[in-house]
Amino acid sequence: MDGGISIHLAPLALFHIGTIAISNTFVTALTVSFLLIVFAFFAGRGVTLKPGKFQAVLELLIMYPYNLVRETLGNDRLAERLFPLIMTVFLFVLSVNWFGLLPFVASIGIIENVHGVSELVPFFYPGATDLNLTLALALVAFFAIEIAGITTLGILKYSGKFITFKSPLAFMVGMIELISELVRLISFSFRLFGNIFAGKVLVLVIMLFVPYLLPVPFLAFETFVGFIQAAIFALLTLFFTKIAIEIHEEEHTSAGDSVHNIVPLTT
Amino acid sequence: MDLESAKLIGMGLAVGLGVIGPGIGIGLVVAGALEAMGRNPEASGKIITNMFIGIAFTEALAIFALVIGFIIKYT
Repeated sequence: MDGGISIHLAPLALFHIGTIAISNTFVTALTVSFLLIVFAFFAGRGVTLKPGKFQAVLELLIMYPYNLVRETLGNDRLAERLFPLIMTVFLFVLSVNWFGLLPFVASIGIIENVHGVSELVPFFYPGATDLNLTLALALVAFFAIEIAGITTLGILKYSGKFITFKSPLAFMVGMIELISELVRLISFSFRLFGNIFAGKVLVLVIMLFVPYLLPVPFLAFETFVGFIQAAIFALLTLFFTKIAIEIHEEEHTSAGDSVHNIVPLTT
Repeated sequence: MDLESAKLIGMGLAVGLGVIGPGIGIGLVVAGALEAMGRNPEASGKIITNMFIGIAFTEALAIFALVIGFIIKYT
């Protein structure tokens, strides 16, 4: 493609190890994971009882989502177990999205033969434009939700939410719940993929038409979208876990109590 | 009309028509949430969390349209 833009749905392979293609999105995800691990190592090493400035900021940043998780789940033991996963997913998605907006991403690479056309294959490319990454994250979230539900309610009670023979209507509702449980995998993965991929294509098209100045507001919007999508991915994992650990029959009796549970989150 | 152009038109129609409903739906969800927050600002936190659940369920329908679009295009 001379002069035009090249948009690929599948990630481009940088090189091959045996028969496994190592794509540039995979390299990006690995780099981001490495940077996060290094940051966590150095941030966690100097932890003292009397926090310094850096530690105070970190504690503030961690305590707000922790309180949100605890208040939403209403179960301190489960919150302690689930919070690390939710925060990790949030930080990873956020880092991958924001890393994808850096200038050297998707611009520095090697010329390779792609589908018979020689084309630039960048070393780094926004990670969430690869459906494999988002599907892997969705699988992690899905199994976390199911395991949280099973360990909290017990396997009989939890499966009773989906397969009941009390009445034909309850059976049908259970089946629909089961399908909507599985459909989450699709919606989880395609939401993140679709948003980031569409953003990438949008910026590419804008850059083709007006290369100067105009892409700036769109990149700012992409920064916002990257944050929102990371937050939504983590929050949805949290809310679906909350739904999974609830029992249907108790919803009517606890409806009166829930009025007292309204706690402003900004305290 | 050959098959390739029919697929392109089909994908465009599927995604374009498919996002009309969820677009209206998300607008209604957010409008309701904002009205509720205006009436009862203390409950904002709870309303925002529920609003996001509502948006996610509504948005899932738009995502199905996108998936169908991809299926039409690539199979």
